[in-house]
Amino acid sequence: MNLTLKVWRQSGPSDSGRMVKYRVEEVSPDMSFLEMLDVLNERLILEGDDPIAFDHDCREGICGMCGMVINGVAHGEQVATTTCQLHMRHFEDGATITIEPWRAAPFPVVKDLVVDRSAFDRIIQAGGFVSVPAGSAPDAHSLPVRKEDADSAFDAATCIGCGACVAACPNGSASLFTAAKITHLSLLPQGQPERLSRAKAMVDQMDAEGFGGCTNTGECTAVCPKGIPLDTIAQMNSDYLKANAK
Amino acid sequence: MKYAEGSPIQDTKAPEGPIEDRWEKRKFAAKLVNPANKRKLNVIVVGTGLAGGSAAATLGELGYNVKSFCYQDTPRRAHSIAAQGGINAAKNYRGDGDSVYRLFYDTVKGGDFRSRESNVYRLAQVSVNIIDQAVAQGVPFAREYGGLLDTRSFGGAQVSRTFYARGQTGQQLLLGAYQALERQVAAGTVEMFTRHEMLDLIIDNGRARGVIVRDMVTGEIERHVADAVVLATGGYGNVFFLSTNAKGCNTTAIWRAHERGAYFANPCYTQIHPTCIPVSGEYQSKLTLMSESLRNDGRVWVPLRKGDDRLPGDIPDDERDYYLERIYPAFGNLVPRDIASRAAKNVCDEGRGVGPGGLGVYLDFRDAIGRLGRDAVEKKYGNLFEMYERITGENPYDQPMRIYPAVHYTMGGLWVDYDLQSTIPGLFVIGEANFSDHGANRLGASALMQGLADGYFVLPTTLGDYLAAGPFGEVNEEAVAEAEAKVTSRIERLLAVNGTRTPDSFHRELGRLMWDYCGMERTEESLRKALERIPELRAEFWANVKVSGANEELNQVLEKAGRVADFFDLAELMCLDALVRSESCGGHFRAESQDADGEALRDDEHFAHVSAWEHSPEGEPVLHKEPLEYDYVKMSQRSYK
Repeated sequence: MNLTLKVWRQSGPSDSGRMVKYRVEEVSPDMSFLEMLDVLNERLILEGDDPIAFDHDCREGICGMCGMVINGVAHGEQVATTTCQLHMRHFEDGATITIEPWRAAPFPVVKDLVVDRSAFDRIIQAGGFVSVPAGSAPDAHSLPVRKEDADSAFDAATCIGCGACVAACPNGSASLFTAAKITHLSLLPQGQPERLSRAKAMVDQMDAEGFGGCTNTGECTAVCPKGIPLDTIAQMNSDYLKANAK
Repeated sequence: MKYAEGSPIQDTKAPEGPIEDRWEKRKFAAKLVNPANKRKLNVIVVGTGLAGGSAAATLGELGYNVKSFCYQDTPRRAHSIAAQGGINAAKNYRGDGDSVYRLFYDTVKGGDFRSRESNVYRLAQVSVNIIDQAVAQGVPFAREYGGLLDTRSFGGAQVSRTFYARGQTGQQLLLGAYQALERQVAAGTVEMFTRHEMLDLIIDNGRARGVIVRDMVTGEIERHVADAVVLATGGYGNVFFLSTNAKGCNTTAIWRAHERGAYFANPCYTQIHPTCIPVSGEYQSKLTLMSESLRNDGRVWVPLRKGDDRLPGDIPDDERDYYLERIYPAFGNLVPRDIASRAAKNVCDEGRGVGPGGLGVYLDFRDAIGRLGRDAVEKKYGNLFEMYERITGENPYDQPMRIYPAVHYTMGGLWVDYDLQSTIPGLFVIGEANFSDHGANRLGASALMQGLADGYFVLPTTLGDYLAAGPFGEVNEEAVAEAEAKVTSRIERLLAVNGTRTPDSFHRELGRLMWDYCGMERTEESLRKALERIPELRAEFWANVKVSGANEELNQVLEKAGRVADFFDLAELMCLDALVRSESCGGHFRAESQDADGEALRDDEHFAHVSAWEHSPEGEPVLHKEPLEYDYVKMSQRSYK
């Protein structure tokens, strides 16, 4: 297939950036989206052009490093799929595809499609953990956990930290990301001692980073490659309110 | 390629005496560092996977001053995250006869008697603490209705000792380590450097004292000094270009340490995983593994007749060859990884492979769906089936999966003693980056176990013993400047070539060559060919590579070129090691060394040793042998028939 790409190019944080058009030919439908960009980049290098910078690593949908807004949708239109797992068979021959970076003030562009998501690390630093130094743990079977709770905790814990939720949210909110971690740990007995202080610290950090508030639009969960449920945000709000009421 | 033989090498750190007491003894003998002094001791940890993340977090908890480095944008991306199947631990929660001794025994045997008994025993002992630690952190392992942890049997083990979190065990364990690490970042004990790549090791007065890194956003070359350096930079499977590793995985950190004097052990030991999605075209950038748990219910087959191009559903049972069940009736589809991989290669070499290029075999769930029902199969493997369909566009409920082996893990790595210290004092190596525990073949669900054992439990003790003699004072400016100048001049050299081929095109060619000549089956002839071709290709690389852009910016082409340059040198050593080791063992199959049935034939008389290679800057590599002795597990030929 032959395609036209319109790609966001921005040489660095101080550059204002622009869309640039490229033709790519003889794309195989079995290629992944990133492989299609690899082929284009190989050509750009040889032509003496600057190849398009984008983040990627595992290319199997789990590390959370890749992410671009494709035709206006974070990670593209394929449901529950990271950019690296999106394949070209889902595009029409002759199509024009627009490719942009995550756009949110707390995710400044580093170069082209690469953004700085270190705000997520700082939200985890604020409280996204259980305080247990190595070597101090009791036997794993000393504390049974209801299977339903363990399963729900797992569902929330599958967040890959890619940032699509932020990119999709009209408010640029990081609520789904933050709520996923709060919910994961709130559902487990191991997470109880720090439950309320965790929720307060993480939400406050999220606000301090400049992410917007949640208005229940649900765009986040619609683009989430792991399908993190929207009701995690209710859990977060509940824990946060309780923490503040204390 | 010539080499010289040097003096034998020994591990001097494992205590004598009964194997079950050795780790206790070592822990007690290890010197302690007074808490007030820990703050004055600086440690650099490179890599943030299970080994590096857990090590940096734990060292921070103990009160050391830690600097942690990773090339990704956050430590949570490290490729441990992609491990699917599970983590072994000798908990014996099932009462099915498991024990520390049995896990030890299985690991030594599975490693084809090429690992060190003391290390493996300790790994099995520590395995139980890992599960406790992870559960306390809130890792959501699979549970049963009674609230206790679920386990499964995995990778041919006859006991149920594998703990798992659906098909995302690596992710959940890594996030546990990552969260512990971020907690220490918040506490101020760990300083985190993301998007930083280690490019050289600083050695002063015979000790590892720091690293030279490149800030991948600005291109700035930075120097960081410390009292000890820990490398947790993973394996080197990407030397094959196509592997199940993440795209960024590379050998640069351990290779530069090797060039600075750390011995490289058993570089030829490569694990080829049998159940990966086959290559679909020339543009292929990586291979995706399908958890080997699929072999519990899937049946592996190819058409009986060469060139049978009917659709799989149209081929009747008596015209199918369920070759694993035929050749290995006792273990059937559950034979260890190396055996399943080579059997697939053999049937494809016979011209009976399926799919594009004939490089694939079927993994068929028809019978499992018939026996258990579609729902039950979906519950067990639904996410894997989805992943397969996403990549191939084929539905495995209706037609068999196509699978083919792919490079997955490297058992070789930097040589370390029982303390996980390399041949350079003050340089410790943990996780896949070292060679220590898996011998010539790693068992399924044992990589996560080793990474976390090293990082949470072993290194924090043994590193303390080394640091008790510190702090080691100022680092000589000349040593730092020399390393920095070396890094800078290499970058300038790469940028100056301005040739006509991209780094990736060289990497692809090198990978193809390694797969053909030093892959699943190696011969003296193929290895000699590779050893002739690699230097030619390397020379072409340095004369004709094209690296666009400049150093002072985010430059992914430059990053790639530097890594490919190191892969050439590593590839050469791998082939040399494979050539010298003329026996077959585990993942290393030399066609000249097989029994009458075509199975791997070890040569214990000549090769019951670790091959530890010393780099010599001008001359030939020097081979040091560490003899392996088995006092507890009797050496025997593996048989899965």
